[in-house]
Amino acid sequence: MKWKIATSGAVLAAALAAAPFAQAVEISYAEVMAHTCAGCHGPNGSSVGPAAPTIAGINPELFIEAMRDYRDGFRAGTIMPRIAKGYSDEEYKLMAEFFAKQPFKRYDQPHDAKLVERGKRLHDRYCEKCHENGGKASAEAGVLAGQWLPYLQYQMEDYLAGKREYKEKNMKNKLTEMLEKEGQEGLKAVLNFYASQK
Amino acid sequence: MVQIHRRTFLQGVGVTAAVGVLGAPSLALGAAKKVVIVGGGTGGATAAQYLRRYDPTIEVTLIDTSKEYYTCYFSNLVIAGLRDLKSIRQTHEGLSKRGVKIVHDMVTAIDGGAKQVVTASGQKFPFDRCIVAPGIDLVYGAVEGYTAELEEKIPHAWKAGSQTDLLAKQIKEMKPGGVVVMIAPPNPYRCPPGPYERACMIAHYLKQNKPGSKVVIIDPKDKFSKQGLFTAAWKKHYDGIVEWLGSDKVGTKFAIDPTTLTVKTQAGEIKADVLNVIPPQRAGKVAQASNLVDDKGWCPVNPATFESTLVPGVHVIGDAAIAGAMPKSGYAANSQGKVCAMAVALLLNGKQPVQPAYTNTCYSFITPDQAVSVAAIYELKEGKIVEKVGGLTPADASDEVLRREGQYAESWYRNIVVDCFG
Repeated sequence: MKWKIATSGAVLAAALAAAPFAQAVEISYAEVMAHTCAGCHGPNGSSVGPAAPTIAGINPELFIEAMRDYRDGFRAGTIMPRIAKGYSDEEYKLMAEFFAKQPFKRYDQPHDAKLVERGKRLHDRYCEKCHENGGKASAEAGVLAGQWLPYLQYQMEDYLAGKREYKEKNMKNKLTEMLEKEGQEGLKAVLNFYASQK
Repeated sequence: MVQIHRRTFLQGVGVTAAVGVLGAPSLALGAAKKVVIVGGGTGGATAAQYLRRYDPTIEVTLIDTSKEYYTCYFSNLVIAGLRDLKSIRQTHEGLSKRGVKIVHDMVTAIDGGAKQVVTASGQKFPFDRCIVAPGIDLVYGAVEGYTAELEEKIPHAWKAGSQTDLLAKQIKEMKPGGVVVMIAPPNPYRCPPGPYERACMIAHYLKQNKPGSKVVIIDPKDKFSKQGLFTAAWKKHYDGIVEWLGSDKVGTKFAIDPTTLTVKTQAGEIKADVLNVIPPQRAGKVAQASNLVDDKGWCPVNPATFESTLVPGVHVIGDAAIAGAMPKSGYAANSQGKVCAMAVALLLNGKQPVQPAYTNTCYSFITPDQAVSVAAIYELKEGKIVEKVGGLTPADASDEVLRREGQYAESWYRNIVVDCFG
């Protein structure tokens, strides 16, 4: 059996434009593939926690980069290094496009409210330049606001232990500077600020 | 410049998103297409949810005997007293809110010829396509002396609910220094790592609460799922508490004396203080009654659509289906439910199914906060579901990694039940 792969919204848009009153049920391979992630990352990529990250609303390039890094051994993980080996670059791209379109749903999560104000200030000083709009923007970097706190902690541990590669030199510089000036408590405050965001 | 490129890419996606909205209402005339789903567990609930999502014009009716469903996954934590039974209880209310019609009744027959489902109360539900997710049926007598009537005294706890609580209670009330004997099932069965996770959880409870007690697993197999990881965990955390006896020692045929709780094997007899018999399994009763099973008791299907190869128009998903390399797990049932929903939605709209995608991840707790996992991606190759890639938690994983897996296991539970039950 030869599979017909509907690769993008453009194909669908063309189909809809050609026959606006025809039956509109279209299911793409991208969607079918992306739905297999829901068991851990939640329906449409918004995780209900407490640790597995939300991947909805992700910058598609970062999604592809993460999958390649897991596949090629440049990023530590638990099950993702095993799973990422199961897809081609083209399939990464299809899933990246799907998740980029999904809204990042934010849920209440446990965090230390006393740290939030300081975390916000430190975010503005050290992180906002790339993680814009209080960590909510996805255009330049990963969405941090509303991400699950244990996941953010794991990622910071991995960066600092050399198990996750810095993609931007600036991030390493800013993180190092912040830790020197503000210590681990400063980092904790920033992460708790993200966890407080809705 | 990387940043600019990222922005451009994202804007491109934004444009396609604006037009790429699925599920515009069908304007076809005539009666709505009808799908009847038999069984409201993990597979059936997922299929219902995704059918509504793929084509909201399809009328979806889900029939189950019970108003509540206790997930088999995470029930071993209840046995260890780490969670209560209520925390693994799911209902069909979420599906109802999504427009699935819920009927609580017992299905007595699925008539592929007449295209209708008949229930014990005499109701008839016509369908264009039917999806059957019947779970498992226990073959009690395969362990000599074990019967359905005995399960109130000797729990299997392989269908979660009151059985789970009963086993937890018996272990709690066991005398200190007692022996819990588990009889594991032969392949294939629901949740391949389940018996060995259960041994970890019972051992944890005994270590904390009843020093000197033991868990002995009588196994008709010579190897089992995640064996290296479990064996290492038993040595590290439960040395002298868990003992596994494989078929090379105990053989493959066992008999029990329900009065004395004695298990007879080829290696001799072992007396239990608490006995947990997990019998051999086959597809759920309704599949047996509807001619959906082969001579081994499981349901052969076309893996691209999960349509039965025996009864056209009727699909079988989850533990009951023969799904190639996929194990009988909750995640596999969820994954199959989505592939089946995709295929059914397209077929009912006169279209061919698209390429399927299947996955499975199973976490097993080895301590209250540490877990190990197996994960795999599958593909359809020459008409069979084969494993494309997969693997286990590395044997040298640190305690920190195992704790992360524990947190991700908890996340898996919370997310998958939302994905299935809403």
